[in-house]
Amino acid sequence: MEFDLLINAIIAGLMLGGFYAAVTAGISISFGMLDIVNIAHPGFIILGSYIAYIVNVHFGVDPILIAIIALPAFYALGTVIYQIYYQSFEKHGQDSLRGLAFFFGLLFVTEVGLNLVFGVDYRSVDVPYIGGSLTLGPMEFPVRMLVPCLVSIAMFGGLILFMSRTFIGRAVMAVSQDPQALQLMAVDPIKIKRIAFSISIATASMAGAFLIIIQPVIPSAGREYIGRVFAICVLGGLGSLPGTLVAALLIGVIESITATFYGPSWAPAVSFGLLLLTLAVRPSGLFGR
Amino acid sequence: MRTPAFILVLTAVAAALYFTFNFVGNDYLFFAGYVVLQYIVLATAWNILGGYCGYVNFGSAGFFAIGVYTTIFFYTVGQKIDTLMPDWLIAPMKLIFPLPLPVLIVLAGLVAGIVGLGMGYLTLRLRGVFFAIATLALTVVMETFIVNWSFVGGSRGAYVIPPNEVPIFGNYIHFLFALMLLLVVIALTSARLIERSWLGVGFATIRDDELAAEASGVPTLRLKLVATVVSGALMGMAGAPFPYYIGYVEPASAFNLSYAVNSIAMPMIGGTTSWVGPLVGALLLGTLQQVATVTISSAVNLLIVGLLLIFFVIIAPRGIVGLYQDWFGKSRKGAKP
Repeated sequence: MEFDLLINAIIAGLMLGGFYAAVTAGISISFGMLDIVNIAHPGFIILGSYIAYIVNVHFGVDPILIAIIALPAFYALGTVIYQIYYQSFEKHGQDSLRGLAFFFGLLFVTEVGLNLVFGVDYRSVDVPYIGGSLTLGPMEFPVRMLVPCLVSIAMFGGLILFMSRTFIGRAVMAVSQDPQALQLMAVDPIKIKRIAFSISIATASMAGAFLIIIQPVIPSAGREYIGRVFAICVLGGLGSLPGTLVAALLIGVIESITATFYGPSWAPAVSFGLLLLTLAVRPSGLFGR
Repeated sequence: MRTPAFILVLTAVAAALYFTFNFVGNDYLFFAGYVVLQYIVLATAWNILGGYCGYVNFGSAGFFAIGVYTTIFFYTVGQKIDTLMPDWLIAPMKLIFPLPLPVLIVLAGLVAGIVGLGMGYLTLRLRGVFFAIATLALTVVMETFIVNWSFVGGSRGAYVIPPNEVPIFGNYIHFLFALMLLLVVIALTSARLIERSWLGVGFATIRDDELAAEASGVPTLRLKLVATVVSGALMGMAGAPFPYYIGYVEPASAFNLSYAVNSIAMPMIGGTTSWVGPLVGALLLGTLQQVATVTISSAVNLLIVGLLLIFFVIIAPRGIVGLYQDWFGKSRKGAKP
């Protein structure tokens, strides 16, 4: 019995971790590769959840499909934000303090804006597979978790391929290492950074849809993800997408086991505790250079 | 102005404010004024680390809550003295408890300062960004801890019943208001002292170029630790009277994100380079929020804070103080032929 519980906790954790990978993908690109501390990212994820929610309630479309349709809009949002960020902060050299405050303000405005429009009630979507679950011996896979996890891992795989195989992807990796050298190769680092940042915001659309499939959402839900995504990002090693995936699965499993055996109210402290520990002991993360 | 004179002037202004409010005789003024004063302390405290050293602390709410829960802890100990202590200790403990609020404020400052030291020691060696994220993480760890600690109320929250009357001040809110005024005087004086001493110069070198400072022999880690401890302790002290002000505290209200946002927004809007900035920002934004809460709604006033913060960091990076200096400097130059 105890063993079944552990097996199922690990499975639930792996599925949760798959979802965390999607949540962290954006931060891993913007913070890990571009050195832009976008703490507003969880706010955009919640925005994605609410877009999925409105369209789903009115037209009954599947949230993941909605997220894919909304990708260009999020990409455009990312472009606009990067333009503002670049013009006001990055161009003038290192002023990380103001940049941080800027993103903090964005996070807050997104949250309060959603609060004003939708109120503080929990919102959820209606899809046919939300209640079902697959059983395999003692193991149980709730479809509500399984679908976001699989799509998320597919998306993550796509990102890894994109970053390692395409010209733009490689240029993004290059810009994270040496923007000046990139300039010498006649590539505009600003353009590359803009594209990369826009992609990072676009992932928020997908992550938002996953989130609202997994659980009901309130405007302030983004906050508890801030520490978690940075924990995963730092634990995985900055700028390493495969590292991020491994760290996401790891934190998912640890959280799930904690929640199963010690109660869910302790779960949030796990990832944050791990973050503090990582920062104190090995700031370069598991897969860091 | 020399420091003693500065303290004297500040105290005189504080006393004048108190007596004006007393003269008007509307208790609402005291309730609203208390919140604004609390923000002055928080903003000034944040600015010691954030503005002078350039290390962003997103955990103001955490330090504030440390103060809040220190009070609740000792209050609860005072309530349950008969069950908690061995028999021979009950009588002497009854003499000490309940601890008077000024003592609680000092204790809260100590606890918050120690937490600040610990956190700083763990994270200040890293780049500023990691410190900022770590402060966020620390807040959530502390909130989880408090939610699971039933002695101080857990997620249900805790009630604190303030005495109705206090000697000298009469009404309890008058007493709280006066205490907060005193904290404001302490916070502003320490900020100004730091700014003008070798500490302030050291902080400025860290803000401008930490590597260069380190290379020229500035003990950066030690300076940053000093800033974190002072800043954290002041925030904790600002939180200590809060349970007596509000009467009922739950983790969500003590760890409210609006404390973190406000204590960043106020110095940013006022100007981060001197003690005047947070004061101006907190007075302006705090008053604006009090008015907006009454006339519009509390959600809208938070939206205003967020938008103002974004607006100011983009358009006027040096805040109102900077704008004033630019404008004043220019007009003076223009006046000369």
